[in-house]
Amino acid sequence: MRVCYPGQPEWYVGTDMVRVPEGSAPFRSRISITRRVGGCCLNHQFQNYQTEGFYDELFDEKGKPRVGAKTLVEMINALPPGELSRRQKAIDQALLKMGITFNVYSDQQGTEKIFPFDIVPRIVESMQWGHIEAGLKQRIKALNAFIQDVYNQQNIIKDGIVPRELLQEAKSFRPQCVGLTPPQGIWCHITGTDLVRGGDGAIYVLEDNLRCPSGVSYVLQNRMLMKRSFPKIFSASKVRPVIDYPSRLYETLVHLANKEQPTVVVLTPGSYNSAYYEHSFLAQQMGVQLVEGRDLVVTEKRVFMRTTNGLEQVDVIYRRIDDDFMDPLAFRKDSMLGVPGLMSAYLAGNVALANAPGTGVADDKVIYAFVPDMIRYYLTEEPILPNVPTYVCQRPDDRAYVLANLPELVVKAANEAGGYGMLIGPASTKDEQAEFARRIQADPRNYIAQPTLSLSRVPTILEDGIEGRHVDLRPYILYGKSIWVLPGGLTRVALRKGSLVVNSSQGGGSKDTWVVAAVPGQVASTEETL
Amino acid sequence: MLSRVADSIYWMARYIERAENLARFIDVTQYFSLDQPNDSINHWKPLIQVTGDDAAFLKRHDTYSPEAVVHFLTFDREYPHSILASLTAARENARSVREAISSEVWEHLNDFYHGVRNAEQTFQDDVRAFARYGTADNLFDWIKRNSLISAGLIDSTMSRGIGWHFANLGRLLERADKTSRILDVKYFTLLPSLEHVGTTLDDLQWSELLRSVSAFEMYRKQYQTITVPRVIQFLVLDETFPRAVRYCLDEALSSLRAISNRGRKRPTDDLPRNSAEEELTLLCEEIASLDATTIIQRGMHQFVDHLQRRLNDVGDRVYTQFLLIGP
Repeated sequence: MRVCYPGQPEWYVGTDMVRVPEGSAPFRSRISITRRVGGCCLNHQFQNYQTEGFYDELFDEKGKPRVGAKTLVEMINALPPGELSRRQKAIDQALLKMGITFNVYSDQQGTEKIFPFDIVPRIVESMQWGHIEAGLKQRIKALNAFIQDVYNQQNIIKDGIVPRELLQEAKSFRPQCVGLTPPQGIWCHITGTDLVRGGDGAIYVLEDNLRCPSGVSYVLQNRMLMKRSFPKIFSASKVRPVIDYPSRLYETLVHLANKEQPTVVVLTPGSYNSAYYEHSFLAQQMGVQLVEGRDLVVTEKRVFMRTTNGLEQVDVIYRRIDDDFMDPLAFRKDSMLGVPGLMSAYLAGNVALANAPGTGVADDKVIYAFVPDMIRYYLTEEPILPNVPTYVCQRPDDRAYVLANLPELVVKAANEAGGYGMLIGPASTKDEQAEFARRIQADPRNYIAQPTLSLSRVPTILEDGIEGRHVDLRPYILYGKSIWVLPGGLTRVALRKGSLVVNSSQGGGSKDTWVVAAVPGQVASTEETL
Repeated sequence: MLSRVADSIYWMARYIERAENLARFIDVTQYFSLDQPNDSINHWKPLIQVTGDDAAFLKRHDTYSPEAVVHFLTFDREYPHSILASLTAARENARSVREAISSEVWEHLNDFYHGVRNAEQTFQDDVRAFARYGTADNLFDWIKRNSLISAGLIDSTMSRGIGWHFANLGRLLERADKTSRILDVKYFTLLPSLEHVGTTLDDLQWSELLRSVSAFEMYRKQYQTITVPRVIQFLVLDETFPRAVRYCLDEALSSLRAISNRGRKRPTDDLPRNSAEEELTLLCEEIASLDATTIIQRGMHQFVDHLQRRLNDVGDRVYTQFLLIGP
């Protein structure tokens, strides 16, 4: 997941959104747009659309539009032939023109790609959203309590809920944070939780991303593109706005400072990072400085930035750099991206960091299996959103089951992301299964397995029509004065037929997510375009 | 403003201006060679020589053919001063400070860069076609126009804060340097012997030179007939023509003062000057004290050399003063 070779830091954001290593070939760029849309005269209407036995987010099993999707379906059906693909093309061009691209450095030429965007939105009906929102708030509350607990009293371990050896072996556990209580007692200020819907129609939590979840800029950008392309459909569908995310994020960050009018900055690994566009976008939208490690300096346990007027103190850092690379004095010594002494300033209480260092411990895929127990333990509530059933390979019974059923299961390494370090049983070869069996036996702590889910689908535009493609959903949760969930989130779609992998590095794209307003007041009539 | 951001904005503007001036160099050379089809003089060779990069050129090409020179100066990625390399650097600088410049500036620069990259393809497909590009009848005219649009966007969409002043400073220092260079390249080619100084010259050649820096019409309004001292007076010493060395330096100085003043407009005479300001003030005073005859007597090339050294000193001091901040 995180690799560093001498002199040339290779960097992944702690998320699986866009997992491409950084490189050093900025002067050789090539742009490519994946053209999925053909000429005119194609059937881009829903008359022949088939759900093929999958749970479809827009149509029920009888092929009728679901509540909330009716307006959209009727209006798309009423478009003149070729119009939908024309608008799709216009959007692809706009993305390239805006330079909203990510770098793929596995390609020696430094190819820049746009993150493909599909114009048929995913619609979430308001009741359903209420359920998701409540479940996410509950989960974040429990996760935050867990992180506070494991770095302090460790009651959950003493009470035998989470096995001690699991924690000790968690790579993302930071001994530097033991005894720490972060400002306002909040560890995970910004979370992106991956949700999926199974064939049974229920929503499950697939992963908690508590380190540096990325993708929220695509949510805002997708919305802006949709409003430009489909103003009528949009306003008729009563969609809840997402535009206030940057100001909510800013409030969340300001809440951490111990003074009035604090200086807030966004810390990026630099312009060659795959998520750089997002870092820059969020800084711009919040109106704060975007800094790199080399812009900051620590003296007397205070953090300053180098400006044309000399040194200026920084109070809150929204860091988009993983713990490992944040401070070479406290963590990895070979990090070229960090700020020496940052951790000492943090521990002295002179600067706030979001998310707090050490938060990644709750991001571990094995710890994930215990989140429902955490909810019961800390909140004495039943989990609102279930986990995907998970086999923890460290448990002998689970391990035996996993080893006997590899062709049917999805196996994940505890600390991998981006669809890497993963075995998708039904799509794997005998050799791959044997390799994973060997790995699991060698290091059972590092593996979990889940049944292969039949992910729900959303109609998606193809060259010659519309077909269902599998999706997941990443809502964003901010933990400041209170917990706030962005209505919607990033819907990622596996563009390859039958594929379940939604990661952009592996043929994934995204869609706008429309949460339908329950009451008219939830739609800001004056929602502004970006 | 962050020092790194200021530095990137400064270089973004410099690289855009550099690409524009190189396009102007190539454009004027094209016209020169068109007018003298049978001339034994190679107009393309000095273009490479003035850059001081003959060695790099000869590594890749045997002769100074128009195609080789144009390709080298326009599209060569390995050559760090080519138009494409300059625009790549401008774009990379802009990309690293997207949040500090306006989206209009970024989006246009992004488009501009892709345009030149696409032109490379055209050039490879048909060497002769490079002169025509898109809706422009000439690629270099198109590049010039796009650089001017960039400048216009910077001027019309960015507040006159520190960021804009750094952009302005970068643009004007680069322009002062390049106007002097274009004069340097053409001076000896156009002037067979020193006796010609002071006489009315071959209008055609000199008017092309003036055109290459968009100075022809403004020059005519002021002087009507073309003589060497007047051309030098106009391109080096004029206080009102926006590509004249003196104008560029005077304006660069006001931006530098605004930067020292933290972006505020306020008379600075009562404030102590920093070393960058000191250096540029001295240079402005020196240029103001010159006249064309003195420059001719000292030697045009010597003058340009001297000017470029002084400009580099100013650049170094700006860097030390504002950009190299640290404990």
